[in-house]
Amino acid sequence: MQDIQVEPVLTLDAVPEDFQAEAKGVSLRDVTKKYGSFAAVQHITLDIAAGSYTCLLGPSGCGKTTTMRMIAGHEDISAGDIYIGDTRVNGLPPTQRNTAMMFQNYALFPHKTVWDNVDFGLKMRGLAIADRRARVSEMLEIVGLTQFSDRKPAQLSGGQQQRVALARALVTRPQVLMLDEPLSALDESLRVKTRGELRKLQRQFGMTFIQVTHNQDEAYSLSDQIVVMDHGRIDQVGTPVEIFSRPLSTFVARFTGDNNIFAGTVTSTVADTQGQFIQLEVPGLGTLLCLGDYGQVGTEAACCIRADLMQIKSLAEAETSGCGPATNRVTARITAVEFTGYVTRVSLAIERNGMEVLYKARTPDWLTTSFAEGQTVVLDWAAADCVFLSH
Amino acid sequence: MSATWKTFKPYALITPQTLVFLLFLVFPIVMIGVVSFWEFTGYSMVPAFTLDNYQGIFTSDVTFKTYLNTFKFLGLVWLATLLIGYPVAYFIAFHVPKLEWQILLFLVCTIPFWTSNIIRMISWVPLLGREGLVNQVLLGGGLIQQPLEFLLYSDFAVVLGMVHLYIIFMIAPIFNSLMRIERSLITAAEDLGASGLQIFKEVILPLSAPGIAIGSIFIVTLVMGEFVTVRLMGGGQSASVGKLIQTQIGSLQYPLAAANAMVLLAVTMLIIVSVLRVLDIRKEL
Repeated sequence: MQDIQVEPVLTLDAVPEDFQAEAKGVSLRDVTKKYGSFAAVQHITLDIAAGSYTCLLGPSGCGKTTTMRMIAGHEDISAGDIYIGDTRVNGLPPTQRNTAMMFQNYALFPHKTVWDNVDFGLKMRGLAIADRRARVSEMLEIVGLTQFSDRKPAQLSGGQQQRVALARALVTRPQVLMLDEPLSALDESLRVKTRGELRKLQRQFGMTFIQVTHNQDEAYSLSDQIVVMDHGRIDQVGTPVEIFSRPLSTFVARFTGDNNIFAGTVTSTVADTQGQFIQLEVPGLGTLLCLGDYGQVGTEAACCIRADLMQIKSLAEAETSGCGPATNRVTARITAVEFTGYVTRVSLAIERNGMEVLYKARTPDWLTTSFAEGQTVVLDWAAADCVFLSH
Repeated sequence: MSATWKTFKPYALITPQTLVFLLFLVFPIVMIGVVSFWEFTGYSMVPAFTLDNYQGIFTSDVTFKTYLNTFKFLGLVWLATLLIGYPVAYFIAFHVPKLEWQILLFLVCTIPFWTSNIIRMISWVPLLGREGLVNQVLLGGGLIQQPLEFLLYSDFAVVLGMVHLYIIFMIAPIFNSLMRIERSLITAAEDLGASGLQIFKEVILPLSAPGIAIGSIFIVTLVMGEFVTVRLMGGGQSASVGKLIQTQIGSLQYPLAAANAMVLLAVTMLIIVSVLRVLDIRKEL
């Protein structure tokens, strides 16, 4: 296998007008997929807007890939309905859905050249040769692989193979493009670069992109809408900012960022213009105040605070500044300080119950303080930043 | 010292294998080659250098007809093993869902190999003979009035016997190459709008071609040298190059048999080279 150093660049100006075809939205209505008695996907209802970039995010086995394969028509659905645009597509083969899929590890035909791989979908659809030739060369130009058209996939670098896979999926001008972990086979630096290109490409083509990923950074940077899935169910749907700053469940809080999570019982709720101020009794720790919705007194729930939204103070400093009514405060001992570049991660053990919490500071800020491992400090965080998690 | 050992080590490692090859492959072939130029007096063979043996082979009508007949067997057996073997391998590889079942069914295909060739050939006699089971059933059912003579001791019987003997050599390499095809390629082809037939033609067949090539090479080498099946199933009616050589050895005409063997070797190699010209098997090895 030859190793090619030169990475071609997407030439997005070359995207032809008629490529910006009518994108279609996708709707799932109470969709369930069962394998025997095991339900891989349970009662999913979801709307994906036409021309949007949606990421299905979750750990492996959460049903995200199954959901995508059902939309693409590679998996039968056990119950429910799937609509693409206004058409109910249950049971239709992939071609009749006008979708295309980019596979994990690309699934390029190893015995065919780059040209023939890209041409495949057009050939199968029985297009005229002249038409096919024009569209394939156009597509190869967009992904910057024109000079590689005679190569076999094994003679290409990972990034180039990824482009061939993308070209092969896009050349049939699908209304919805599905991407199964499209970046997971690339190395870190190329992944970040390709991520930006994917986003640009989606904007340019105006196509609906649905991507499966287990990486929250990928989902944050690419998506208009993130669908967090767990155990075959949808946990939360929202924009990247919503998912990041207002998680609704313990699972989302744990999966999508460095959140400190406290489980407890709701003891009181007060309605406010921003939502509900909810008081949570955390066993062994005391009362925490958080902001959220749908808190019910007496129920088991949790709250979370992002590691970068807490303030760290020395005991003396804490004494003088005091603690306002809408602030949570705990005393903790620093157990470890980890320098990771731009951010410094500080692990602490809460004095009262020994619970491990994480505090993150910008490294320049951290360097101006004199906190050291073993020191006992105070952590303050505003109730408005502390997110109530109903389950 | 260690430097010398380093240069020496690879040669030391390949020596036993090389010796075995030299002793049991190269040496006998060279001997046959040498003997093929010897003279045969009718009672004994005399070391010499004569082209009489080869001249006899290349000018004889019998040689020509025998080769023609051998090619006919080869063509029919190759076609039959491919047409039966490919679907069998395809079925096990793509339509049997679990790996354990695939392995089990593949082993079932090899069961006939647990018995000796000769016994397997002889067991066809009570089935296909004039008074055999097939004729009895057909006569009893009123489908025929006379027993079918072509069933046994005929070219048909020879081809049937060889297909029975050698089909596993076609199934195994095809099965192997089909199992190596990544299933995501088939899903990808479906996604791109290929029908079942198109998937077979565009993806599965080209990717299993090396398996077909290896199976074909097995069939070529096995059928070209065949004489046991030809004798047992052909009943003296059928001729093949292998049987011709065996007859010549039987009548102690060693130099002539050796010359025939050399020609057969050359012809077989030619066929294999042309198979390899068409199909690339390097990926499979």
